[in-house]
Amino acid sequence: MSRRYLPKVITANALIEGDVVYMTAKGMWSRCLRDAEILSDEADAQIRLIDASAQSKDVVGVYLSDVEPGPNGAEPVHFREDFRRTGPSNYPHGKQEGQAHV
Amino acid sequence: MYKYSDFDAAFVAERNRQFRAQVGRRVSGALTEDEFKPLRLMNGLYLQLHAYMLRVAVPYGTLNGTQMRQFAHIADTWDKGYGHFTTRQNIQFNWPTLSDVPDILDALADVQMHSIQTSGNTIRNVTADHFAGATADEIADPRPVAELIRQWSTDHPEFQFMPRKFKIAITGSENDRAVIKAHDIGLRIVEQDEELGFEVIVGGGLGRTPMIGKTLVSFLPREYLLPYLEAVVSVWNEIGRRDNKYKARIKITVHEYGIDAIRNLVAERFAETKQEFSGVDTSYLAQFEDAFSEPVYSNRPVDVYDLAYSNDPVFRSWADTNLTAHRAEGYAIATISLKAHGQTPGDATAEQMRVMASLAERFGHDELRVSHAQNIILPHVHVADLPQIHAELSQVGLATANIGLISDIIACPGMDYCALATARSIPIAQEIATRFDELKLEHDIGHLQIKISGCINACGHHHVAHIGILGLDRAGVESYQITLGGDATESATIGERAGPGFSAAKIVPAIERLVLAYLDLRQTDDETFLETYRRLGLTPFKAALYPEVKAHAA
Repeated sequence: MSRRYLPKVITANALIEGDVVYMTAKGMWSRCLRDAEILSDEADAQIRLIDASAQSKDVVGVYLSDVEPGPNGAEPVHFREDFRRTGPSNYPHGKQEGQAHV
Repeated sequence: MYKYSDFDAAFVAERNRQFRAQVGRRVSGALTEDEFKPLRLMNGLYLQLHAYMLRVAVPYGTLNGTQMRQFAHIADTWDKGYGHFTTRQNIQFNWPTLSDVPDILDALADVQMHSIQTSGNTIRNVTADHFAGATADEIADPRPVAELIRQWSTDHPEFQFMPRKFKIAITGSENDRAVIKAHDIGLRIVEQDEELGFEVIVGGGLGRTPMIGKTLVSFLPREYLLPYLEAVVSVWNEIGRRDNKYKARIKITVHEYGIDAIRNLVAERFAETKQEFSGVDTSYLAQFEDAFSEPVYSNRPVDVYDLAYSNDPVFRSWADTNLTAHRAEGYAIATISLKAHGQTPGDATAEQMRVMASLAERFGHDELRVSHAQNIILPHVHVADLPQIHAELSQVGLATANIGLISDIIACPGMDYCALATARSIPIAQEIATRFDELKLEHDIGHLQIKISGCINACGHHHVAHIGILGLDRAGVESYQITLGGDATESATIGERAGPGFSAAKIVPAIERLVLAYLDLRQTDDETFLETYRRLGLTPFKAALYPEVKAHAA
């Protein structure tokens, strides 16, 4: 029996700022993981990845990242993805700066 | 210092013009990322975890006040108000946007700097002893030679697409402060029959296969340096492995062929390259030696220094820890620590950079150095100026008295910034420094080097640390492996792995147990950690690190 497909989100870095971005259900890029569309079907995820990768004018390094669905949307499975959605731990820079202003 | 010729300035301006156009074509969509990536890497621009990172070369770690001030300007204008000095004597800006990078490169060119060959499979920034030209133990200043190598290797047509990157380090002293045995080529200036030449060491390196370099030739007459280097690099360029990037560095080639076979191949190639160099390289070297002539030292009374030393314990502590003997009477080499307890190793704010620039201009013959240990050095200061220098450093958090001590930690950016990292380095360094500051044991512990890498590539030099820490990803959790007994000096040694790794929460207590064990084990107060380790070996330190294993065995 095949293993259960781990849910994914599509993520990349924005071309100009390099900031981490996620693909939403509407096919737009968001800076917040909670806006990301959670893809639970492997075939669907692969097609969405191909479409997202074609947007090379906006983003760099598109890939699928494992997530767990939570009450506030997708939650990262791996600590690297947790750092990507947050920013560095030594200064309140990156996405943490944005949150401070919200 | 070396000043750009018209040729140099035109070359850098043209490269910047090209890169500006390349960025424009990438943003317009005319270039794909696959097409653009090699172009941006040729200019030191990486895409990291949260942003782009621009790595700027500080040639052999030497810069002047104007250049340091320009770093501050770049940090304020296009980054987040700080820069990160690296183990390769470079500076990295962690937050530039792609569209601002052409302006940053122009600002660098204005002060005769660039980021060419700070990435890619090329000969990288040549590194050198950070005390060059000032230290008492030096045979000759290595920087004119480093400049010669820089000019030869920059845009060298044969060496732009090599099997892998290539790093050269040089020292003019017996005491190695440039880690020359952990470089693809390490050069040491030596004297034989009153003639200067080089010991050429090859095949050193850290990373996943750490190796100590081997001597290829013990005395190379100095006029043969460039043809000989060209022979070494071209032999490797041809036979080095391109099938597997983990086996591509020259250390693997030397390991696979053996040093004697490499020496023979180099000798054959050298017979050809020797004919090809017309001697123009030696005339350039003479010019560079003039450019690096010694400053004019002054002969002033030192009583201001003596008075401060006896009356001010804070100044005395800094002087005892951060000063090194200078070869000129009345002068000192002052190391400015970028390792304030709890701060990020190697980071300096724009304000701190401006203070260091100003101190260099007013008191230090307009010279600064970046050390591979991620500190900044004022290489030529008169001791009478030190109380003033210390006072100004204190005002901006730069007067930490910890050079060579346990909180003077080398740490790579790790997973807080680096896309290659497997774990974080910076928070571990911050916690260790903070913990030992709380314990007030730092000065009692004495000379102890901790070096932390956030992945197997070993940018944090953990293999050659007295206590090395390697951050890994073990089944989705950060795990930190300890190595002991490494040595980065002329007696270079790769540290031994102590045992299983520790979690992020347990690594700092583990280091504390290790250091407390050392304090119990040392024979005298001045026996260093490394000396104690060499005397006793791994066993007692392992027992301190893994007390539960001992309990089970009992």
